[in-house]
Amino acid sequence: MGWYRNLSRRDFLKTAATAAVASGTISCGGARIPWRFLSANEARCLAVLCDQLIPPDGDPGADWARVVNYIDIQLCGPYRHLRGDYRDGIAALEQTSRQKWSQFFAQLSDEQQFEMLVALEKGEVPNELWKKPHAQAFFEMVLSHTIEGYYGDPRHGGNRDHASWKMVGLPYPPVRGRQHHDLKDS
Amino acid sequence: MALKHVNAVVIGAGAGGGVVAKELSCSGLSVVLLERGKWYTAFDCRKDDLRNQRTTSLGCGFGPDDERYRRVVVEPDGHHEIVKPSNWAYNNNAACVGGGTFSYGAMAWRFMENDFRMRSVYGAVEGSTLADWPITYGDLEPYYEKAEWEIGVSGDDSGNVFKSPRKKPLPMPPLPPGTEHAVLEGAAKRLGLHPFHIPMLRNSVPYDGRGACMRCRWCVGFACEVDAKNGTHNTVIPKALATGNCDLRSECIVKQILTDGRGRATGVTYFDSENRLEEQTADIVILSASATESARLLLNSTSRLFPNGLGNRHDWVGRNLQGHAYTGAMGLMESEVYDDIGPGASIAICDYNHGNPGLVGGALLCNEFIRLPIHFAGMVPPDVPRWGAAHKEYVRKYYKRSIIVMGPVQEMPVFEARVQVDPKVKDDWGIPVARLSGQRHPIDLVTAQYVAGKAEAWLREAGAIKTWQRLPGPGLSGGQHQAGTCRMGDDPKTSVVNRHCQVHDVDNLFVVDGSVHVTNGGFNPVLTILAIAYRAAEFINANWKPA
Repeated sequence: MGWYRNLSRRDFLKTAATAAVASGTISCGGARIPWRFLSANEARCLAVLCDQLIPPDGDPGADWARVVNYIDIQLCGPYRHLRGDYRDGIAALEQTSRQKWSQFFAQLSDEQQFEMLVALEKGEVPNELWKKPHAQAFFEMVLSHTIEGYYGDPRHGGNRDHASWKMVGLPYPPVRGRQHHDLKDS
Repeated sequence: MALKHVNAVVIGAGAGGGVVAKELSCSGLSVVLLERGKWYTAFDCRKDDLRNQRTTSLGCGFGPDDERYRRVVVEPDGHHEIVKPSNWAYNNNAACVGGGTFSYGAMAWRFMENDFRMRSVYGAVEGSTLADWPITYGDLEPYYEKAEWEIGVSGDDSGNVFKSPRKKPLPMPPLPPGTEHAVLEGAAKRLGLHPFHIPMLRNSVPYDGRGACMRCRWCVGFACEVDAKNGTHNTVIPKALATGNCDLRSECIVKQILTDGRGRATGVTYFDSENRLEEQTADIVILSASATESARLLLNSTSRLFPNGLGNRHDWVGRNLQGHAYTGAMGLMESEVYDDIGPGASIAICDYNHGNPGLVGGALLCNEFIRLPIHFAGMVPPDVPRWGAAHKEYVRKYYKRSIIVMGPVQEMPVFEARVQVDPKVKDDWGIPVARLSGQRHPIDLVTAQYVAGKAEAWLREAGAIKTWQRLPGPGLSGGQHQAGTCRMGDDPKTSVVNRHCQVHDVDNLFVVDGSVHVTNGGFNPVLTILAIAYRAAEFINANWKPA
């Protein structure tokens, strides 16, 4: 049974309201920022982090592909339980950055940001700043979510314009099927 | 309100339960088929690459849900953790009408003759409870055939010189081969191997009232949009319902199997979709809830006569949990081999299932299902970074130029790899959850290494410019191929059910699913589960007498 068949008018309105939130005009808190869970500063920091993981080149990077939007949506859904890890992890990242370079992470040079991520991945950061989450756990979490947001289905808020699918040359909208006569010569 | 007494209650509408429900209801027995999951159809095919049964980043596509279900996993160091179904450590199989068969890859393997007599062929293996099955390939052959023709299998194994004898060919021809198939076929032949078309529970031509596969790129883990993938949900279960003798109740969670003062099963208690506790009495109870959940329910069904759970007089219920140690290799090719023609997996060899020097058993090898970008991004060779510009360049350059050859290594059963019920943790219905502990036998990893080397050699012969192995870890094995926890055997002291899937000391209680497998073959197990279900159902039909 398809879920849509049981959608009442009331549910439809609720869904529409959720869609309005997703379109970026309203946030949970009522302020006019496009995020549901993240603060504007957190989102800015995360965007820079994600762009180091999947940087723009001839093809769009993670930030342009709206990976942060993907993560923010999931933090209001299946990843709700990871909210604390994001909030504390981003704060720890900023503190680590200021301790070492006296600047916010987003203000660092490209090389410094890269260096910082290598340190996170290896866990070579001041331990007192990374009690929970641990630096490596935070890095792995953001990396897997960035890959999901960039390479996964656009329906979840990332992979804008199916950028990654275009990058690897996959046709979209998906081919809905092939008949046997298409395959005779293959 | 008391529910009407029926002849048989079947717990679990997956591979085993679906077949038994159909066979019993077609011979005139009244059957209630209970399923904890929902009843999905082809319209529920969402092609969501982050939420399905194979990639569960955002949840399991076809259950169970993360909200109400949990299990406890015990690490080798004694540390234990509560895990949810979307976590791989949960070792999940789908919870829905059709069970795993609703969204599986649908490979339809017959085990080989030697797979039923591993102990006789290879001798004892230290640290393993390796044993022969009480039945032979010959005993099961007619039922393999019945499963192939009733559920519907396409393919062509005439090139498989290692296969055990079959009386009848497969009912459908294979799907036309794609690019990977062509590349790998030539290479296998040059190496002196014996490639052939994988048998699949998938329509290659219209069959049994449904159409053929449309060859999309979303197969394993997804529902089939055109209903061309054959499971119990679109074959035997509709036939059972059409008899008018079978009542399918979905979203019903069985709490306990009931027994009377004489030690016979009298029915079950279950929570229905409104969370009301119901009691369904029956003459016969058939348990087909998968290796983990069937063991859990037996262990949870304690009573004065069965203080350690049903069928567990000798502490064998939940033991020998096994799945498969998947092994193989990935190769990068000089030119494009991606043709966007699903399902992807199509060519196999059985050259390494048996007869590997110094090893016990082995595995089939076949090419992998289509990798979506989300999968490929996680499949990097050892010298490519997992992130950054170089990673992105790797994905862009090689997405359409890779082949994976993998296979399921037959595992050696380990007594301490087991399902118990947790003393503290309960699910949303207050039922103690499954507690998984133990590890694979170390020899499985040796076999895996050997087979992976063969996969690499095949890929190199096919023109791969770079290859690397993909090896299993030492952790507990279960998942979609879970088996072994209610072993079939002649001796009640070292098994749970007899050769007819009948629990040794409760003659009207049957376990019919992968639980009864003594060993799990170097193959995907579903066709064997279906065949055993047809055989068990025939026994029940022949021996059932009205109470």
